[in-house]
Amino acid sequence: MLDKKIRVLIAKPGLDGHDRGAKVIARALRDAGMEVIYTGLRQTPEMIASAAVQEDVDVIGLSILSGAHNTLCPQLMGLLRDKGMDDVVVLLGGIIPEADVAALKKAGIAEIFLPGTSTQDIVEFIHKSVVP
Amino acid sequence: MSEPSKGSTSTVVPSETKSAGRKPSSQEIAWEEKTLGPTLAKSPERQASFTTISNYPIRRLYTPADLPDWDPQRDLGYPAEPPYTLGIHSTMHRGRLWTMRQFAGFGTAEDTNQRFRYLLSQGQTGLSTAFDLPTLMGYDSDHPLSEGEVGKCGVAISSLADMEVLFDQIPLADVTTSMTINSPAAVIWAMYLAVAEKQGADWKKISGTLQNDILKEYIAQKEYIYPPEPSMRLVIDTFEFGVKNTPKFNTISISGYHIREAGSTAIQELAFTLRDGLEYVEWGMRRGLDVDEFVPQLSFFFNAHSDFFEEIAKYRAARRIWHKAMVERYRSKNPRAWALRFHTQTAGCSLTAQQPYNNVVRTAIQALAAVLGGTQSLHTNSLDEAWALPTEFAATIALRTQQIIAHETGVTNTVDPLGGSYFVETLTNEVERGAWDYIQKIDAMGGMVAAIERGYPQREIAEASYRYQVSVDKKEKIIVGVNDFVAKEKPLETLQIDETVAHRQADRLRKLRTERSSDEVSRRLAALRKATQGNDNLMPYIYDAVKSYATLGEICDAMRDTFGTYEEVAIT
Repeated sequence: MLDKKIRVLIAKPGLDGHDRGAKVIARALRDAGMEVIYTGLRQTPEMIASAAVQEDVDVIGLSILSGAHNTLCPQLMGLLRDKGMDDVVVLLGGIIPEADVAALKKAGIAEIFLPGTSTQDIVEFIHKSVVP
Repeated sequence: MSEPSKGSTSTVVPSETKSAGRKPSSQEIAWEEKTLGPTLAKSPERQASFTTISNYPIRRLYTPADLPDWDPQRDLGYPAEPPYTLGIHSTMHRGRLWTMRQFAGFGTAEDTNQRFRYLLSQGQTGLSTAFDLPTLMGYDSDHPLSEGEVGKCGVAISSLADMEVLFDQIPLADVTTSMTINSPAAVIWAMYLAVAEKQGADWKKISGTLQNDILKEYIAQKEYIYPPEPSMRLVIDTFEFGVKNTPKFNTISISGYHIREAGSTAIQELAFTLRDGLEYVEWGMRRGLDVDEFVPQLSFFFNAHSDFFEEIAKYRAARRIWHKAMVERYRSKNPRAWALRFHTQTAGCSLTAQQPYNNVVRTAIQALAAVLGGTQSLHTNSLDEAWALPTEFAATIALRTQQIIAHETGVTNTVDPLGGSYFVETLTNEVERGAWDYIQKIDAMGGMVAAIERGYPQREIAEASYRYQVSVDKKEKIIVGVNDFVAKEKPLETLQIDETVAHRQADRLRKLRTERSSDEVSRRLAALRKATQGNDNLMPYIYDAVKSYATLGEICDAMRDTFGTYEEVAIT
């Protein structure tokens, strides 16, 4: 079987400019052998969904530290469904209160990584979740 | 691990008495042979090398041999005298404690006004305003891009009407207020000045601080609207307006805080911040402003991270660099332009979501470093901020932390208690030298705007931030509760901000738009738009627009029409 690289879109939805986490993750996943595309700042859910289709990614990693996750994540998940991208694994990192986690997972976010997560844990999770 | 951070000049290799030009005394050499040697042979040290959190090498022992050319008269001087190493006031915290200024803002103006008044009732001595992301980006609360963000990470302010509510029953003649706003700083400041005027406060006497530091937005915090050139024009417009109208107001707070939060080392934070400062000075001079007149209104803002002595050295070095630059580069004659005044905030990025009560301890130690480093003003973070904006309970403990340092520890009893320590003085020298290396490198690139355009500081920070993450992942750096001493625990109760805030804001804006004179608003906005195309100072035009209740979004759009918007080339 051909050794296909896992393709990941790292995205910063909303108005939040805190990009330290997104950049660190992008680099860590690249170092772990994945193909990483970083959208840059201030992407709307529409822009992220389109980029996911265009780049044909296996994983979307969202980074949100602004508190807008409860609005932006369900919007993105709806758009992905509309575009037939149900199988893409969507991960979320940032400042996410515990109380919001259940609803976000119900909306289809595969996993939420809180501050302090090691990059290896994220790499392992992706390897486990992406069906080759 | 012992590799010094880039750009720094490490003159001493750690753990070697006789390294790099060091001339230890015969007693020190004897100590190394007779006392240290046998100890190391029996029980080696815990690590092969010791470094700061910025990965800067630290030696086992510092002695007079580390300060061969040190002259206390020249390198320390006396408090309130050049080179200001000991501090900028002759009695420092004996005379007056630092301003306890807790950064607060969430929900609507009413919500934050209540929190402000609560904090003042609890002994806080100054205000500091956090705005939400739409406000920071110059969008009204009802703009489509504001969806989900209104009131979330700060207070939503869309017009003068909101600002009037925010400072309701808070006398701006007596309370100093800091406002963390950058791209739309001129607009928010105009709103503040309009409220002050309405309260009858004299502009010549009011004091406070506008963050207004656009350069660090491009470098680190990334809340920019316009390209660098027109953004810098707006900043210099506020300087010029401030010199004439509000001589006691800090028209800028040149900020290293966000640079550090983005992952820089301590030396990078210091260097990039001070180089930003020099950039503002140069742009101000090019406008024709007098250094001795406008520079006294420039203030600074640093991070207080966890590596105690590195932070203290950073603050001491900052004062020395600024003095040297003002006197040598710009021939300043006014001592008020030489003395670097700064606010400090403890490191948000050091807070852990795990075992959050440990954050109280981290914050206390960081705050202590800021106080020992001679800060003028301080914000201490709340224990729950890796989860959400702070609850009143958490914010109160954070304020109490400062009060305990101020009133119980005795560290305020004398000026610069660490002055003269071989270690602190050596580290101060080394941090200063490392920062000058960076400053000269950026000079050679043609200044900070040019360096930003080629992504230089952004790349240096991304590199340092990744290196730090790798060292945490490898457990070379230990974070208690995160990569060691891990435990299961109960979730924390956090502050919830729901979408009713956005609805209340949208209603208020709808009402505002029907009640104000739309003719006047259009006239004022047209005048502003026209002024953006010329060279006039924009502050008076912005002030007039604000007074007509034009919204933040409308005013920023009027400037967007001429200035355009900025997109960065993302560096990963």
